[in-house]
Amino acid sequence: MTNVEKQLFASPRNHRYILTVTVIVVALFVWSCLVVSFKDVNESSLKIAGNIMKGLIHPDMDLLFNVTKQSVLYLLLETIAIAFLGTIVGAVLSVPLAFLAASNIVPKPVSWLTRLLLIVIRTIPALVYGLMFIRVSGPSPFAGVLTIGITSVGMLAKLYVDAIEELDTKVLESMTSIGCSTFEKIRYGILPQLLSVFMSVTIYRFDMNMREASILGLVGAGGIGAPMIFAMNSYRWNEVGSILIGLVVLILIIEFVSNKLRARLVKG
Amino acid sequence: MYDKIFPPKKVTLPNGKVVLEKRTRTPLILLVLIVATILSVNFTEFSLKVLFTRINEFFVIIGEMAQPRWSYLPHLWKALVDTLQMSLLGSMLGAALALPVAVLSSSNVIRSKTVVAVFKVILSLLRSLPSLVTALIATYVFGLGPMAGVIAILLFTISYVGKLLYEQIENADMGPFEAMESLGMNRIQAFRHAIMPQVLPGYLSTSLFCFEGNVRYAAILGYVGAGGIGLLIKENLGWRDYSTVGMIVVVLVVTVYLIETVSEHFRKKLI
Repeated sequence: MTNVEKQLFASPRNHRYILTVTVIVVALFVWSCLVVSFKDVNESSLKIAGNIMKGLIHPDMDLLFNVTKQSVLYLLLETIAIAFLGTIVGAVLSVPLAFLAASNIVPKPVSWLTRLLLIVIRTIPALVYGLMFIRVSGPSPFAGVLTIGITSVGMLAKLYVDAIEELDTKVLESMTSIGCSTFEKIRYGILPQLLSVFMSVTIYRFDMNMREASILGLVGAGGIGAPMIFAMNSYRWNEVGSILIGLVVLILIIEFVSNKLRARLVKG
Repeated sequence: MYDKIFPPKKVTLPNGKVVLEKRTRTPLILLVLIVATILSVNFTEFSLKVLFTRINEFFVIIGEMAQPRWSYLPHLWKALVDTLQMSLLGSMLGAALALPVAVLSSSNVIRSKTVVAVFKVILSLLRSLPSLVTALIATYVFGLGPMAGVIAILLFTISYVGKLLYEQIENADMGPFEAMESLGMNRIQAFRHAIMPQVLPGYLSTSLFCFEGNVRYAAILGYVGAGGIGLLIKENLGWRDYSTVGMIVVVLVVTVYLIETVSEHFRKKLI
């Protein structure tokens, strides 16, 4: 027997395990196929699909480039403002929550409770928050800011916690040994370790919030979503086209810039 | 540019060498952030006064949601099953379709630069469309119901898994691939035996992770008529029946938690 064959036979045999998993996955697939139905697809839907395509290719140029309050540019600016301010609100709220959820800073029960709270915050869909905040501030971009803020907390706090729990405590010990005060330890020992990770995570979340902010308009919380759904409901596909083009271009630009910034932050 | 306005500080070391210390950029970044914040505050009519005087409304709703109406539970199963089926089917088909798309957009396997560029652009276009928008468009084509949700989830999964997968393929070790090509395999066979084993664990774990996220997405897709539990959320929010919404949220939290636990178990095994 050659070495290669020995190695081949030495590999673990887990056929039965793989077979079980495969059977379960296939069963789930078949089960979920029950949901497929093409009964609503007929000629008119194909025509609508054609109209959508036509609208996307021939966007409403006037809507895209004029500078009134209904133009795409203004709405996009409003969407950016919602996403930006929401990210800042979320980041500010996340920092204390993250410290409360870090198991190396607070006692176990406290961190466990905070984590549970974060899971609940994360699972409630953004649109539900949107509708709740509309009761607070009326249908305005302000409700959008609050919604983005609270949905960001769920993810930001979780990622902040990961960074806090990975803190290198050796640095702090050596600072204690050379006689640094608590403030100095926070400023020169903890902040440099956390700040770049926090900033990188926050920029990433801003990127995601752009997408969230663009759909909040569906519930009346400001941004570009509301004009888009109005245009769709009245089948004005060329307006939909111009809004979507503006949105996609903006999101791509922001994604590009955020990737560049985060790459620089990681490199230091 | 910045260095010209604020020239770097010169430091003379003890051995006579002169080093330039660049001025910190923090004040500039802070200034930009503050200006952006002020502009956004003006744009969005943000006001702390409204926030503090009316935030109790929010907690009133939370308080109502905190008393979920358990009697509503039997009405939820159908919608929950729909949501799960939507996200399962969408994720599975999407993940399966993501594989060829990812191969076609990785520059180390495909020789033609145009094909790679076209598929990369398609992937990033798909990724930048919010899934609620695709779901909305899909309802016009496939009618109201879970089918539109499946399409929206499918497209999102292709774009997400596809992007992460082609990054993995491009970072894979090309040595075995070249060796197999030199043995006389064609590129597809070489890909199957040299690169697939390298990217398979990552591919499966990304797909699982995407499925987790999709369950959350599927829950709101019903809001635009794409079936599932979102439809119930929309109805009950419309009726301001917050204790029923609370019940729906409880069911969602439990489902998402269970799915996350199972998928995390398998993802840990994979890596």
